[in-house]
Amino acid sequence: MSITLILFWFLSVLALFSAAMVVASKNPVYSVLWLILVFFAISGHYLLLNAQFLAIVNIIVYAGAIMVLFLFVIMLMNLNKSNEPKRNKWLNLAGVLAGGCLLLVLVAALKNAETKATLAETGTGNIGLIENLGKALFTDYVVPFEISSVLFLSAMVGAVVLGKKESSPDTAGQSGKSSEK
Amino acid sequence: MSGIPISHILFLSTALFFIGMYGLFTRRNLITMLMAIELILNSVNINFVVFNKFLWPGKLDGIFFTIFIITIAAAEAAVAIAIIINLFRSHRSIDVEDATEMKW
Repeated sequence: MSITLILFWFLSVLALFSAAMVVASKNPVYSVLWLILVFFAISGHYLLLNAQFLAIVNIIVYAGAIMVLFLFVIMLMNLNKSNEPKRNKWLNLAGVLAGGCLLLVLVAALKNAETKATLAETGTGNIGLIENLGKALFTDYVVPFEISSVLFLSAMVGAVVLGKKESSPDTAGQSGKSSEK
Repeated sequence: MSGIPISHILFLSTALFFIGMYGLFTRRNLITMLMAIELILNSVNINFVVFNKFLWPGKLDGIFFTIFIITIAAAEAAVAIAIIINLFRSHRSIDVEDATEMKW
């Protein structure tokens, strides 16, 4: 058993166990922390698959930015106690059934798929390094890149508008949006 | 030959996808549901990278799809959290069962 395979199994078990704990833990803060562990495991997978830049981006953007946002919101709302009330048992069962049936179908389809001679040559190639990626990003993919920057601008404006506090009563009425409430 | 069979990685991403889906179905806390969506997006990312590596190891299209998915996930999380904060202000709770104004 090569070192690549050992790493692969370790990262897979880590990712699956952490993902199960994300869903299972009652306290949202623990969910966020387990989710960060999932992202680290997935970054390890990216490294095994020679997507080095992607691994770093995954850690920086997901674990560094999005999860910190989640954690701040959870702590601002004072949700860090497990006060989720008991839910319907049948709802859990329906979730397991709905997820499990499709999982079964997909796994069965995967088992019969033609997967011979498809071993990833891990540890070879430097296509995922930032030099090649940057060249392709600014030549072939320059239009989606610019469109995503416009998307980010609109998302930023949308988040600020949505998250803004409603104006106080003396300034209400100067915009139709605030007087609606 | 040292390497990982493609089916193993596809099993991993399928399992991650359905763990996320189960979380989306059963949890009623909006932030946890958003985290389940992030899990689903990440399993799709793994699929893109794996197929890129296995089918066209010299090209970068799958990796760019993943980068744009990460970009859009960041934008989506920002807007969704703004909506959640607004919901919390008006309802003092982020349980989806409490936000029933638009329910028929």
